[in-house]
Amino acid sequence: MAPQQTQRTPATTGSVKTAMTMTEKILARASEKPSLVPGENAWVNVDILMTHDVCGPGSIGIFKREFGQNSKVWDREKVVIIPDHYIFTADERANRNVDILRDFCKEQDIKYFYDITDLSNFKVNPDYKGVCHIALAQEGHCRPGEVLLGTDSHTCTAGAFGQFATGIGNTDAGFVLGAGKILLKVPPTLRFVLDGEMPDYLLAKDLILQIIGEISVAGATYKAMEFVGSTVESLNMEERMTLCNMVVEAGGKNGVVPADSTTFKYLEGKTSLPYEPVYSDQSARFVSEYRFDVSKLEPLVAKPHSPDNRALARECKNVKIDRVYIGSCTGGKTEDFLAAAKVFLASGKKVKVPTFLVPATQKVWMDVYTMEVPGSGGKTCSQIFEEAGCDTPASPSCGACLGGPKDTYARMNEPQVCVSTTNRNFPGRMGNKEGQIYLASPYTAAASALTGYVTDPREFLQ
Amino acid sequence: MAAFSCSLGRAFAAVSKPKHSLPSQINDRSSFISPSSQVPLKQSIIFRKTRSISPKTTKISCNLEASASSTSAKTFHGLCYVVGDNIDTDQIIPAEYLTLVPSNPDEYEKLGSYALIGLPSTYTTRFIEPNQMKTKYSIVIGGDNFGCGSSREHAPVALGAAGAVAVVAESYARIFFRNSVATGEIYPLESEVRICEECKTGDTVTIVLAESKLINHTTGKEYKLKPIGDAGPVIDAGGIFAYARKTGMIPSQAA
Repeated sequence: MAPQQTQRTPATTGSVKTAMTMTEKILARASEKPSLVPGENAWVNVDILMTHDVCGPGSIGIFKREFGQNSKVWDREKVVIIPDHYIFTADERANRNVDILRDFCKEQDIKYFYDITDLSNFKVNPDYKGVCHIALAQEGHCRPGEVLLGTDSHTCTAGAFGQFATGIGNTDAGFVLGAGKILLKVPPTLRFVLDGEMPDYLLAKDLILQIIGEISVAGATYKAMEFVGSTVESLNMEERMTLCNMVVEAGGKNGVVPADSTTFKYLEGKTSLPYEPVYSDQSARFVSEYRFDVSKLEPLVAKPHSPDNRALARECKNVKIDRVYIGSCTGGKTEDFLAAAKVFLASGKKVKVPTFLVPATQKVWMDVYTMEVPGSGGKTCSQIFEEAGCDTPASPSCGACLGGPKDTYARMNEPQVCVSTTNRNFPGRMGNKEGQIYLASPYTAAASALTGYVTDPREFLQ
Repeated sequence: MAAFSCSLGRAFAAVSKPKHSLPSQINDRSSFISPSSQVPLKQSIIFRKTRSISPKTTKISCNLEASASSTSAKTFHGLCYVVGDNIDTDQIIPAEYLTLVPSNPDEYEKLGSYALIGLPSTYTTRFIEPNQMKTKYSIVIGGDNFGCGSSREHAPVALGAAGAVAVVAESYARIFFRNSVATGEIYPLESEVRICEECKTGDTVTIVLAESKLINHTTGKEYKLKPIGDAGPVIDAGGIFAYARKTGMIPSQAA
C-alpha cells in the first residue's frame, strides 16, 4: 500500500515560483500570496486611497452609511484627499463638496488634505495643490511596488512609478475607506516595447495615441499595459505619466513602467517611506506583445469623437480650429508647458486662436513662471506664452478638460473645434455636445495655435 | 469572455465556501474598524437597520408591468431604449452634473433626471422627457464598450435612479461594469449578438434573467444573453455591502 500523500499544489508551499509580470507580482505581494495568475481574484491591501471633490463626498457618504457615522478610516495616513475638479467656480454645490471633504478630514484627522478656502486667489492657499494625479506624484505618494487606488479613471497615471494604480467608483472607495483592502481580479498583461530614439518632434502623448489607435478604445479592457524598451527608459517621469495616464482610454485596468534610476531620482526628497520595486520575470507570460520603432512615428491627433480615432497631424492640416487648450493631468504638467513654449519660441509669432493654458498644480504654475526655457536666452515659459499672445496661465485645477460647471474657465460653451492636450474627446466632453476635440501633444497643440489649423509641429521644430 | 465577468461577483461566491481563509479575515472586526476606533460594531448595525430600502428595489416594482412581487425580480418587462457603441460616461451623465452627491437621496433623484442627457442630437428621442424625473424605458440596449470613459459611479447610479433596471450591451468598460455590480443599481447584461441593430427605441421587451433570454415582443425575436453569473446575486442583494452582510462576510448582527 502506498503511503498517504497530502494533496498540496506547489504554489501554496512556495516551493515553485511561477514567473509573473510586475502587475501580478505587485498584487501577489499586496495580497500576501506567493503568486497569482491572471483571472484569480485576490483581496489586496491598499497603500494609498485618493479621492477628490467630485467623488469624495459620495464615497464618504457610503463609508458612513455602511461602517457607521462614527467609524474611523482604516489608516489616516493612507487616505489622500485632493480637491481639484470643480474649484474655481461659483457653483454652490461644487463649493459645498469641498466643504464636505474638509469636515471629513477634520473629523478623521486625515494627514494629507490639500485644502483650498480662498477661491479668489489660489496662491494664498498653502496646502492647495491642484490636479490629483500630478499632486500625488509631486508629493511623493507614488512609490514603486505599491497599490494605489483613486476615485478617478486617470488614477492609472501613477503606474508610471512601477506600481499598481487604477480607478474605482464611490462604493468601492467607501469599502476601502473602512476596510483598507479591495477585491481585485488579476489582469493579464499586454506588453508594449518601444524602441528607437525619440524624434525631437514627438512626445509621450504621440506614443500613447499611437498605441490606442492600434488596439482601440476597448483593446486593453480588463488588462494591464506594460511599457518597456529603450524609448521608455529615456523618458522622464512626467512623460511616463502621460503614457500611463491614457491607459484607461484603451480600456486598460492599469499601466506600468518598471522603476529605474529616473524613478528613484524623482522620488529623492519627496517620500520618506521605504519602497521595494518589482520587475516582470524573464519568462513571465504576456497576452500579446506590440513592438514599435519610435524613430518611424509621426505626430498624431485623435480626431473627434474617440481617443482611438487616430490620424497623422499632417493629414489634418486643412482642419480649421477655433481654440487650443493646454492643461489637465495628461498635458498640463511642467514638461508639457516647456514643450509648448519650445514651439512658440521656435516660431516667434503670435497665436491665431484663443490659447488656454491651465497648469495642473501650484508647483507647475510656479515652474511656468520661473523655469527658464532652454535656448530662449533666459525667458520663462510665461514670458514666451505672453509674447505669443496666449491667455494668461489660469488657476491650477482640472479646468475644462471635462467641461464642468458652466462658469469653468475655458469651458467649450459653443460648438467649436479645439485642439487639446487632454485625454478624452467623446461628444460633449469639454462642454458643448457638438464641440469637436482633437487630442494632441503639447507640441502639436502649440503648432496648431500658431496657424489656426491642426498642424504638425515639424512646421516649427525642424 | 471570462475577462469580461465581474471580479467582485466571482470572488464573493468563492469566498463563501468554507475552505477559503477569506471569510475569517473579513469577519475579523478589527479589519473593518481601525484599532484606534472606540466605536462598538453595534453602532454600524443600528445605522444599517435605519438605512432606507435600496432605491433599485422600489423602482423595479414601479417599472414592472407584470405583477412581480418579489424584490429580486428575475423578469424585467418594459420598453427599451437603443444606443450605439462606445457610449461613454460623459454621455450617460455629463460632468456638469457631478456636483450632485449620489449618497444624498434628493440629489440621487436629481441625478437620475439627467441620465443619458449627454447623447448627441442625432438621438431624436430622449431617454427622459423634458420636465420629467424618470424614464419610461426600463431597459437600455447598447453596443460595444458601454460605459467607457470615467470611473464615475454616477453613471450606473443615474441610469438606476432614472428607472432603468438593466442594460443589455455587447460588451462593457470594466469600471462601469464593476460600479453597476457594486452599487446594485442596474444589471449589466451581455448579449451574444448586436441586438442594438435589431431593436428600436420603444420596442417592448422582456428579459428572463434565469434563462439568460431577451424577448422583443415588437419584432417577435428572441436573443440569448450571457449568464450574469456571480454578479447576479450581488445585484439582487442591492450591491456589494448588502451582499457581504447577507452572506455573512461582514458581521450583520452583533454577537
